[in-house]
Amino acid sequence: MTAFFQSLGMSYEWAWFVATVSGILLIALPLLLGVAMIIYADRKIWAAMALRRGPNVVGPFGLLQSFADGLKVFLQETIVPSAANKAIFLIAPVVTFTVALMAWAVIPFSELAVLADINVGLLYVLAISSLGVYGTVMAGWASNSKYPFFSAMRASAQMISYEVSIGFILICVVLWAGTFNLNDIVRAQQGHGLGILNGFAFNILLFPMWVMFLISSLAETQRAPFDLTEAESELVAGYQTEYSSMAFAAYWLGEYANVLLMCALNATLFFGGWLPPLDLPFLYIVPGFVWFLLKVLFFFFVFSWVKATVPRYRYDQLMRLGWKVFLPVSLGFVVLVSGYLMLTRYTV
Amino acid sequence: MIHVFAFYLFAVLTVGSGAITILSRNPVHSVLWLILAFFNAAGLMVLVGAEFIAMLLVIVYVGAVAVLFLFVVMMLNIDFAELRAGFIKNFPLGVLVAVVLLAEMVLGIGAYRAGAMELGTPDGIGATPAGMTNIEAIGALLYGRYLFLFEAAGIILLIAMIGAIVLTLRQRSDVRGQNIGKQISRRPQDATRNVNPEVGKGVTL
Repeated sequence: MTAFFQSLGMSYEWAWFVATVSGILLIALPLLLGVAMIIYADRKIWAAMALRRGPNVVGPFGLLQSFADGLKVFLQETIVPSAANKAIFLIAPVVTFTVALMAWAVIPFSELAVLADINVGLLYVLAISSLGVYGTVMAGWASNSKYPFFSAMRASAQMISYEVSIGFILICVVLWAGTFNLNDIVRAQQGHGLGILNGFAFNILLFPMWVMFLISSLAETQRAPFDLTEAESELVAGYQTEYSSMAFAAYWLGEYANVLLMCALNATLFFGGWLPPLDLPFLYIVPGFVWFLLKVLFFFFVFSWVKATVPRYRYDQLMRLGWKVFLPVSLGFVVLVSGYLMLTRYTV
Repeated sequence: MIHVFAFYLFAVLTVGSGAITILSRNPVHSVLWLILAFFNAAGLMVLVGAEFIAMLLVIVYVGAVAVLFLFVVMMLNIDFAELRAGFIKNFPLGVLVAVVLLAEMVLGIGAYRAGAMELGTPDGIGATPAGMTNIEAIGALLYGRYLFLFEAAGIILLIAMIGAIVLTLRQRSDVRGQNIGKQISRRPQDATRNVNPEVGKGVTL
């Protein structure tokens, strides 16, 4: 895009600046619109599985429900509890929201449509997603209230636990692809399964990794059945209890942007990202962006499906799954995958 | 141009938030400023072309170590006024630490002036060997030239970890643990029974 702006007669610095800013806007604005629609989709899917109708009043089929909700919270009064630590209380939702958007900078939407095609892309995603916990912890502490604080404690323990196993799972993918660059990881998946299926998930060694990654990403985004940080039967609304108005909305937007990010990572790392599902020439006529979007939406459906059908975990079960099951298994698979690659690819 | 601007932005923020970390009265605020300092230090590392180290800094320090700091500080409810009372008593120790830090800084600047080691240049050009990404360069060094040291460090860490586990592990006989396999294999007929009592007779348990 820099070259395009340069052709309009700008100097290189200005062209780069304008290209970057417009790239950020091109990702962030559709993403926020997408988040609004995905909240609607989540509620519709959830309703359909419970044999209800879901939102159906505002706009055709209730399509505008999220915007009505947005307008509602926008007009609400912002309440700051008198015992709260005001500065941190107000910064916390901004942190959650910003961090949720930041990680999208390295996601390849199609072969060329990626804002920052950096060689440490996957590490960047890991780094940014490890920041997500701060929004929750700050909110829980600054609210100066019992339930938000419990929720913050749970959130930090949960995210640290699952980040460890996610790290090992990603190492397996990186070992196989031989790079941290997300675009190159997608390219490495071309014709990976039986020479025709695009995606690491069709690899017998990496398929269990994908299953664990899917479950870990549910836990990492605090979606059901791992939504213990906002378990309404125990903690009211968790760390969001004291929030109202736009601060509350920022949490919702951030949460769903994170969910979409995890869906995008599932698609990019294990199902070939912007590649079509099958390695057939005529499928490449459809632009990569469409394939990527379809895969993300499919994974979002899986997330909603899980939310609608699986009962919530107990906290000790959650910790057991993270530390006693996922951690040893993923560590074992790192050894297994690197051993296999040493024998076959690098022939020691 | 943008290099210079980004450098001064990150540098000022790093130094500033570092200063506020030790000046702030609230320990939780201190930790949050420390996190900002870590983050800006990572930004500085990106500027000199060490993006791998920068990402590791964020993942390890911001993502794990600082979260534990925050956890502990929030739980402990430290009274800082009480800690401040020991200022005069600890003053000589503080002076000693300051002198050591100053000496190290002078040494560091002297060594930089001498210019013996060419690790990187201020503008980031030549920070990594040509045609190699950061990760490849570090990997080649760690798993080639420094393989023995790297593995020795790994083993020392492993021993430290085992030591920590051994120190904190204690066998308690009065606690009943869960046996997940036993719980899952339990069937309804083992735990319940269907009875049809006569009216007025009730059931004996």
